[in-house]
Amino acid sequence: MSGYGIEDLVYILPIVFLLVWALVLVLVEAFTKRPDVTMLLAAFGLLAAVTLSVIQFGTEATAFKEMLTVDGYAVFVYMLVLASGLLSLGLAYDYNRRMGWARGEYYILMLFSIAGAMLMASAANLIVVFLALELLSIPLYVMAAFVPNDASSEEAGLKYFLLGAFAGGFVLYGVALIYGATGATNLMDVVAAALGTNSPVMLLTGAALILVGLGFKVALVPFHMWTPDVYQGAPTPVTAYMAVVAKAGGFAALFRVFIAAFPSVSADLTPVIATLVVLTLVVGNVAALAQKNIKRMLAYSSISHAGFLMMAFVTYGSALYADAVTSLLFYLLAFTVTSFGSWAVVIALEKAEGKGLDFEDYAGLGKKYPMLSAAMLVFLLSFAGVPPTLGFAGKFFLFRTVLEAGYAWLAIVGVIMSLVSAFYYLRVVRFMYFEQGDPEVRSEPVLNLVTAITVVGTIFLFLFSGPLLAWASEAVLALI
Amino acid sequence: MLLDNWLFVGLLVIVAAGIPAIVLVIARLLAPRKPNDAKLDTYECGMETVGDTWVQFKVQYYIYALVFLVFDVEIIFLYPWAVAFDHLDLLGVIAGVLFIFLLGDGLLYAWRKGALKWN
Amino acid sequence: MVPIEYYVALSAILFMIGTMGVLTRRNAIIIFMSIELMLNAANLLFVAFARMYEALSGQIFVFFVMTVAAAEVAVGLALIVAVFRTKHSINIDEASTLKG
Repeated sequence: MSGYGIEDLVYILPIVFLLVWALVLVLVEAFTKRPDVTMLLAAFGLLAAVTLSVIQFGTEATAFKEMLTVDGYAVFVYMLVLASGLLSLGLAYDYNRRMGWARGEYYILMLFSIAGAMLMASAANLIVVFLALELLSIPLYVMAAFVPNDASSEEAGLKYFLLGAFAGGFVLYGVALIYGATGATNLMDVVAAALGTNSPVMLLTGAALILVGLGFKVALVPFHMWTPDVYQGAPTPVTAYMAVVAKAGGFAALFRVFIAAFPSVSADLTPVIATLVVLTLVVGNVAALAQKNIKRMLAYSSISHAGFLMMAFVTYGSALYADAVTSLLFYLLAFTVTSFGSWAVVIALEKAEGKGLDFEDYAGLGKKYPMLSAAMLVFLLSFAGVPPTLGFAGKFFLFRTVLEAGYAWLAIVGVIMSLVSAFYYLRVVRFMYFEQGDPEVRSEPVLNLVTAITVVGTIFLFLFSGPLLAWASEAVLALI
Repeated sequence: MLLDNWLFVGLLVIVAAGIPAIVLVIARLLAPRKPNDAKLDTYECGMETVGDTWVQFKVQYYIYALVFLVFDVEIIFLYPWAVAFDHLDLLGVIAGVLFIFLLGDGLLYAWRKGALKWN
Repeated sequence: MVPIEYYVALSAILFMIGTMGVLTRRNAIIIFMSIELMLNAANLLFVAFARMYEALSGQIFVFFVMTVAAAEVAVGLALIVAVFRTKHSINIDEASTLKG
């Protein structure tokens, strides 16, 4: 099954198709004068990739001499990332034109980045993890700096680049140490060699460095310093895309690498991971309380959600890892839908030059635009974990998994932090419904469509949580 | 003996580092130093400086270097492909050709966007 | 045959120097150079371990890492150039329009 043949390319056809399509779009962009053409073709490419991923349902295969895996886990993340791509494309379409800097290269970069995230979910070799991480990140550095002649966008891009490259260096050094400790970078070979190893120190250091590097990417504390600045400075559709896809790709790779390759060091790493979770939850939520700008508030909130996602990771070494994976995937789905919805509302209210992003600009939204503020209410409740939203189902299953694994104190911390988070989410609700004001809202067709889809998703998918959870739990890693 | 070889290298390092160091030290000790304002001014062909000392940054230099870098790395990958060409099966040849087309794609884009023009 | 510990020690020293460079320097290009130094420390490790295991795979990984480093250089310098043209300075202390 493995080797270098055509059947390997067929297994990863969604990724290959997306990459080839992006290259074709580079040519289209070179010869066209209108960015709309590239955007429509990019949307078509994403839809085609979704179809190809659906066809991959139920395959469990390794490709390219076991450097890549295609299994239920990977296909779940493919669909999530592709859906994020489509939603983010919808957000970017109107926004880029409204702000006057629409260019086709934006969509091409996004396609490359999506392919990188998909590759991260499929990676079964540490070098492929590194390459996919860079493929995911480098277009993002450019996208964050996309607004021409805007100091804060360029600064956000530079900061993201310097810290992201720094993190990539850590991941690479960790991979090199693992290679030295085990003589292999394929995850299967690493775990086989680790069982009979004579140098657990190098293995542990390598694993810890990979954790540090990927922790930068998904914005865990204390590697989160770049997040508020970059999220605030980058154009909002890029922020929405980054907040979800960087986390999805990062966590997908993190889980697969650690569950498949490092169960032997789990006893040493679990207290470290638990500490990271608590730090992330506390810092993310407490810092969000002090924010006045909605982009920074959502940035800190996404840090806290990375903490929740990491909580699923604490049990990775135990026998309950399957539940850990399921709760991660389901929470990721809930976070994706809710996050894009909230960013859609932010875009609807944003004015040029970074105005329209303070809480006061939301005052009076409830009276003037009841549907939009009802949508925002749904998203904020979902973030806070209030039923009947998808966020509540995600948190419920997560806490149940953590409790069953015996980490009751961690679940209690999570619940308390959820309550704290309700404070700053409901502050926006207070501004929307109980303050007077005259907000301006842009009502563009694609933006409204995105908002509608995500609102419907947040509420109705909650009704389908059972089947969704079953789907996620079938996505067991093929490597165990 | 291994140590003899390293001894030669050590001697080389000492001499190679020492001679310039000695020269610089002697120059520092023996040269007269009498700075005054006119000597410490910025040089502009012997006249009073006019305007900013900032030089206009020509972006074409950067773009030229960037395109060169990309194609240089392409060549790095083509060398082993060329060396192993005899032993490659069809898929290997196709992979190499696809790689060249991939970079040709980028070159076409750079060409159309005017990165290859020098103004 | 040089013992493997020397290579690991040298690589660790290079990595530390690179990390210190990123954390303490203010010029964006120097920071970027330090990042490249970190990547090269990892390259050294790959080649040293490839020699230790008598395998070629470590040396192939170095190819990939160099490619990634080249791509990062391209993108990173473009970002630095963009910031420089707006601000006429690449001192990252001055990059604080976004309050941290």
